[in-house]
Amino acid sequence: MIEAKNVSKWFDGTRVLHDISATFETGKTNLIIGQSGSGKTVFMKCLIGLLTPEEGEIFYDGRPFKQMTDAQRRQLRTEIGMLFQGSALFDNLTVLGNVMFPLMMFSKMSKAEQKERAQFCINRVGLENADNKYPSEISGGMQKRVAIARAISLNPKYLFCDEPNSGLDPKTSILIDQLLSDITHEYKMTTVINTHDMNSVLGIGENIIFINKGHCDWIGNDHNIFRSRSKALNDFVFASKLFQEVKIFLERKYGAGEGGGEGRKP
Amino acid sequence: MILSSIKTFGHYCMFLTQVFRIPDKWSVTLRNTVFEISKLGVDSIPLVIIISIFIGAVICIQMTLNIVSPLVPSYSTGLATREILLLEFSSSILSLILAGKVGSNIASEIGTMRVTEQIDALDIMGINSANYIVLPKIVGFVLFVPVLCILSMFMGLFGGWLVAEFTTMISVENYIYGIQTMFSEWYVWYGIIKTYFFAFIITSVAAYYGYYVKGGSLEVGKASTNAVVSSSILILAADVILTKLLLQ
Repeated sequence: MIEAKNVSKWFDGTRVLHDISATFETGKTNLIIGQSGSGKTVFMKCLIGLLTPEEGEIFYDGRPFKQMTDAQRRQLRTEIGMLFQGSALFDNLTVLGNVMFPLMMFSKMSKAEQKERAQFCINRVGLENADNKYPSEISGGMQKRVAIARAISLNPKYLFCDEPNSGLDPKTSILIDQLLSDITHEYKMTTVINTHDMNSVLGIGENIIFINKGHCDWIGNDHNIFRSRSKALNDFVFASKLFQEVKIFLERKYGAGEGGGEGRKP
Repeated sequence: MILSSIKTFGHYCMFLTQVFRIPDKWSVTLRNTVFEISKLGVDSIPLVIIISIFIGAVICIQMTLNIVSPLVPSYSTGLATREILLLEFSSSILSLILAGKVGSNIASEIGTMRVTEQIDALDIMGINSANYIVLPKIVGFVLFVPVLCILSMFMGLFGGWLVAEFTTMISVENYIYGIQTMFSEWYVWYGIIKTYFFAFIITSVAAYYGYYVKGGSLEVGKASTNAVVSSSILILAADVILTKLLLQ
């Protein structure tokens, strides 16, 4: 479990995160949603430790990140897997090389064992027969799968995904979402996904945190997001015509404000 | 301006303290160093050969055309060609040329890694990214650069010999006698010592600019240009200091 308590962040005197508190549960897909520029990427970078919040604290299973020594932070890093928006695969390594990389750097496995583990992860994400290809030779969806395989190769406790669906077609996006959801439940990881894709929100949003202008505006899940009374969240969720129609349909079927609660203010 | 330069220098020093740490895994660093020797050093050999032969030939021609006094012995063309090559061309001028090739290569490669989040990926994994990426480049190039320097000296002298052999400007005997006359071994060492410093400047400055790129491909291009300009200026400044220290 990851807990953020009263996290605030400033850039050049401008406050971009305002006192955000949230809990990301183990074995669940936790989503951070919000409009572009709302501060969700900054918040995620604070969670991972790429940015240091000026105020507040992040706890990894009760361990406060700020108070960790360098050695403890290095150890924690080996427990974290990260899927970047642009995949961030190493251009000079093949698919197999990319997945083997964390194993090579941190595990005490023999070369054969590393290869076996990497092969297992590659197969787990459904990428057989791509071992010897370079990132530039495979599609965006395949790159995302390789990045997932690399992220899970060390069997991490925490998996962070920054907009995993960006640049992918809807069908591939759903496959990636499903894969992330499956491995989260399978390996009992704490998965945090930063997204503004409503398909992801509805498909795998077991715990959703909505960030608006640097504030945590709403906390809930995929069942009650349609019933929220937060104006900012409604503007975000029902921005497209399709979801406006879905809302009308649901209100006709269940009645406004009924069924599944409406989430909560943080 | 002065304050900003001091700040940049301080930032550069902080960057170097990050680079010169004990590697996370020696075997990986060693393998990467060998790879960088091949990429930055061995791949520069053709450029060094071509430039050195032409410059050696041009220096020989210029010396022959400009030293026309009957008081100056005819072998002085070879002697002057050798001194210019050993003292300045094969160390300083060659380093300026390599700053363009190697420096821009390093800055753009690391800058691209930064903008495509590959450096962030290393940091997230708990790897000292500066050490992992930059140390093999600095060590690899510094180790290999004396080879390029000595090769350039030989190729430059060979370029002068080609002028003597295929033109009537100077006889081959006079040229050979000239390049052997009053030879000081220290000048070779002087050139090699200088290239060690220059190689360090080229790789570390380029890596610094690449590592701290912010933005997109446009900024990568700017970083590459800044790396070449800054390292060229630093090479020239270091040349003055080293010449004063080593030849006085």
